[in-house]
Amino acid sequence: MADLSTNFVGIKSPNPFWLASAPPTDKQYNVERAFEAGWGGVVWKTLGEAGPPVVNVNGPRYGAIWGADRRLLGLNNIELITDRDLEINLEEIKATKKNWPDRAVVVSLMVPCEEEPWKKILGRVAETGADGVELNFGCPHGMSERGMGSAVGQVPEYIQMVAEWCKQHTDMPVIVKLTPNITDIRKPAEAAKRGGADAVSLINTINSITSVDLDNFAPEPTIDGKGSHGGYCGPAVKPIALSMVSEIARNPETAGIPISGIGGVTTWRDAAEFIALGCGTVQVCTAAMTYGFKVVQEMIAGLENYMDEKGYASIEDFRGRAVPNVTDWQYLNLNYVTKAKIDQDKCIKCGRCHIACEDTSHQAITNMVDGVRHFEVIEEECVGCNLCVNVCPVEDCINMEQIAGVDPRTKKPIDPDYANWTTHPNNPAVWAKEAAE
Amino acid sequence: MNAHQRSRDVRAGRLDADAYKDLFSDLHPPLDDHEAHVEADRCYFCYDAPCMTACPTSIDIPMFIREISTGNPLGAAKTIFDQNIFGGMCARVCPTETLCEEVCVRETAEGKPVKIGQLQRYATDTAMAEDKQFYTRAASTGKKVAVVGAGPAGLACAHRLAMKGHDVDVYEARPKAGGLNEYGIASYKAPGGFAQKEVDYITAIGGIDMHYGKALGADITLSKLAEDYDAVFLGMGLAGVNALGDADADAEGSLDAVGWIGDLRQASDISTIAVGARVVVIGGGMTAVDAAVQAKGLGADEVTIAYRGPKERMKASEYEQEIAKVRGVSIRYHMNPKRMIVTDGAVTGMEFERDGSTVVVECDQVMKAIGQSFAPDSAGNIALDGGRIAVDEEGKTSMAKVWAGGDCVNAGDDLTVTAVSQGRDAAESIHRALSA
Ligand SMILES: Cc1cc2nc3c(=O)[nH]c(=O)nc-3n(C[C@H](O)[C@H](O)[C@H](O)COP(=O)(O)OP(=O)(O)OC[C@H]3O[C@@H](n4cnc5c(N)ncnc54)[C@H](O)[C@@H]3O)c2cc1C
Ligand SMILES: Cc1cc2nc3c(=O)[nH]c(=O)nc-3n(C[C@H](O)[C@H](O)[C@H](O)COP(=O)(O)O)c2cc1C
Ligand code: SF4
Ligand code: SF4
Ligand code: SF4
Repeated sequence: MADLSTNFVGIKSPNPFWLASAPPTDKQYNVERAFEAGWGGVVWKTLGEAGPPVVNVNGPRYGAIWGADRRLLGLNNIELITDRDLEINLEEIKATKKNWPDRAVVVSLMVPCEEEPWKKILGRVAETGADGVELNFGCPHGMSERGMGSAVGQVPEYIQMVAEWCKQHTDMPVIVKLTPNITDIRKPAEAAKRGGADAVSLINTINSITSVDLDNFAPEPTIDGKGSHGGYCGPAVKPIALSMVSEIARNPETAGIPISGIGGVTTWRDAAEFIALGCGTVQVCTAAMTYGFKVVQEMIAGLENYMDEKGYASIEDFRGRAVPNVTDWQYLNLNYVTKAKIDQDKCIKCGRCHIACEDTSHQAITNMVDGVRHFEVIEEECVGCNLCVNVCPVEDCINMEQIAGVDPRTKKPIDPDYANWTTHPNNPAVWAKEAAE
Repeated sequence: MNAHQRSRDVRAGRLDADAYKDLFSDLHPPLDDHEAHVEADRCYFCYDAPCMTACPTSIDIPMFIREISTGNPLGAAKTIFDQNIFGGMCARVCPTETLCEEVCVRETAEGKPVKIGQLQRYATDTAMAEDKQFYTRAASTGKKVAVVGAGPAGLACAHRLAMKGHDVDVYEARPKAGGLNEYGIASYKAPGGFAQKEVDYITAIGGIDMHYGKALGADITLSKLAEDYDAVFLGMGLAGVNALGDADADAEGSLDAVGWIGDLRQASDISTIAVGARVVVIGGGMTAVDAAVQAKGLGADEVTIAYRGPKERMKASEYEQEIAKVRGVSIRYHMNPKRMIVTDGAVTGMEFERDGSTVVVECDQVMKAIGQSFAPDSAGNIALDGGRIAVDEEGKTSMAKVWAGGDCVNAGDDLTVTAVSQGRDAAESIHRALSA
């Protein structure tokens, strides 16, 4: 049976599923319920400085987008860091860690960008027995206007500086949580590494307006006729998170830095994908906020099952395995030729593949053959783009199959050897090089 | 017990008041907003959608369902009415299980079609509840068209003609409009006086003058109409009923099912409709099922549909048969009617031949539902085909200036929706002819 236990920068947990710093981890009550349900660890809801806590809006703080059947696909929030008193939080962290010694309890922090406040809070956290700290440089709203959160996370120099202070003032592992609201995610990750951070975690939420109220003409969630951008998370952000994680994992400057993957993890499969891209743990917020803590049981069972099937005894056995396969477009094999193939037994004849290809791609799928409604790929036209696969409502009904020999579309033989754009005759860079020679 | 010894039991008011309410309320309660959205989300927005092809009026089903799912039920209603002004009634009475829903790709995929009929009802109900009128009359053309029969065919034709700016006079033999929507359709399919509400909604476009109690062949003649009007549309339906022949008898309790249903539909209080304790319905179509289910609903103890062929040949769809069975009607196949057993001038049983042997079913009423027929006398010497008016694909008859559609023509399948499509298409053809 697969062993899911993890040791992430010295922080041990029975499984890689942590709850991200967010409402599910704001109180001892919630966190203990999460542990009872099986979560391996939590990152406690971000703590601020001592003194009067921040206040949240008293109107709606979430917006959302939905898929069919109102399945929640993306959540947006304008919540701030914890609005509870620092002392109460610290007491509860201490009690929780004491009650659950085998689970990971990491504390998220966000204080003004000066050495003293960081030093002070780190000392207080250390007293609780927590396993580590996560520096919240990501919150895109409310805190950034106060010079914290993503206001720091968007300036690599600040990240490095704060990471250095933290490493200097605590023995606890320091994880830097990155904001995705930046052009090149590698820059803040490099800064975190230079600052001595033990790990990075990403992504925090993405600047977003989920919808506009067309009666009041205000963004949602609307508070007294106004709205402000919030932070976007949930299934919709997973592709962005995976891409950012992969950038860090394969960047020579940061390769090998421990990563806690966050963003849209909803099922065991999502988690396995983050792990395959190098993450040592994953963090979850929206899935728990949508379905409650019990979802972790599906994640644990699913991951175990996958690992057993593949014969992976531990997370380390497959962690990072996808990283070498993430490459730049120019290195993709242009001699890999595929054609769509429709499984006629599975096809329910909805016609979506046809109209997608007909109207917006390459006119490569029939809709009528000999007067009968029939959907079939015309190999002479198919460029192998995969659009039909993506719009077909039946899973595995259309598959992309590699072909060899002559490509019926170009009528040219397919070179069985790998060749990419860097050597392609149409590449201007190749002409330039040839001219120079 | 011998049929002769048993005293007949035919009574009204077999049930207490609440029971009537239950039995004659909506077959399918309407979808609420949530249900409609969940269901609409199931539609794949198919290309060249099979459901749309299967709809005799070619409603753009994927489009109207998408409009529901995007919170635009009025837009959905307009999409429906553009093709089928009786979209409300059709949503209730179409045998969707043999039309659009039968070919829905989700039927193929998982045996559960999108509930197209129910969604259509959701959209059209929304528009009708708001009395949202989508159509106005074009500038008057000065042309006059006579429509005979105010059933679905006639009114669909009249509405489309009114849209085009022609003046329409509708001649209807009965005192009310709606045709079989009003007099035939089972009460549990369109309760709450829906048929009349729909007639009002449709005729609200204006330019349609109704003339009740005017029967072609009795009060008016076709030649006169053809003389007085620029065009004539015949939508008289089937005024005759098929006879049982030798097996029939002129006895108390020997009833024509359509007539009995008509009385039921017109009764202001259905508890006054008399029904036998034991009822035999002869036939295999929708009328047979409707008569049987409603007889059962009125409190008959035993209701038997006796069909002369095998199950597969029965015209009522499997789904309709299922409804009948669920409501306690027994259906017997291969029952060939031989003789009505009459005692003291009243029905006491029906004798059938079944696989060579004689079967007697004791009963207090026999309802005959073996089909209706066109009554040709009304239309003079217009050319017929198979006993109904012969028309071409545009609905033109053998007579100049005369079009026809609906049950009275040779081209249909005796469904409301087909009558609507033929009425609409004939109107387009008339309009083309009048604008030429
Ligand atoms: C009991 C029963 C149940 C049915 N259930 C369904 C169902 O569930 N679903 C479905 O799709 N279809 C059903 N049908 C069939 C459907 O009702 C008909 O196909 C449809 O009504 C035909 O429309 P129409 O306009 O051609 O004729 P009709 O609806 O019959 O209308 C004809 C009109 O013409 C009038 N008329 C007749 N003769 C004259 C004349 N000489 N002069 C002036 N006016 C005249 C009549 O009074 C009537 O108003 C059912 C039919 C019956 C009998
Ligand atoms: C309501 C809400 C509040 C959040 N608050 C914090 C926070 O205080 N600190 C923090 O680091 N991240 C915060 N986050 C971000 C989450 O920790 C996480 O990075 C993000 O939701 C992406 O993960 P998900 O897609 O699983 O939700 C918050 C998210 C939500 C939805
Ligand atoms: S892969 Fe692309 S080009 Fe080929 S059939 Fe599918 S949609 Fe058309
Ligand atoms: S999209 Fe899929 S199910 Fe639909 S017609 Fe194409 S292959 Fe068939
Ligand atoms: S066939 Fe079914 S899924 Fe396709 S458009 Fe029609 S209702 Fe929608």
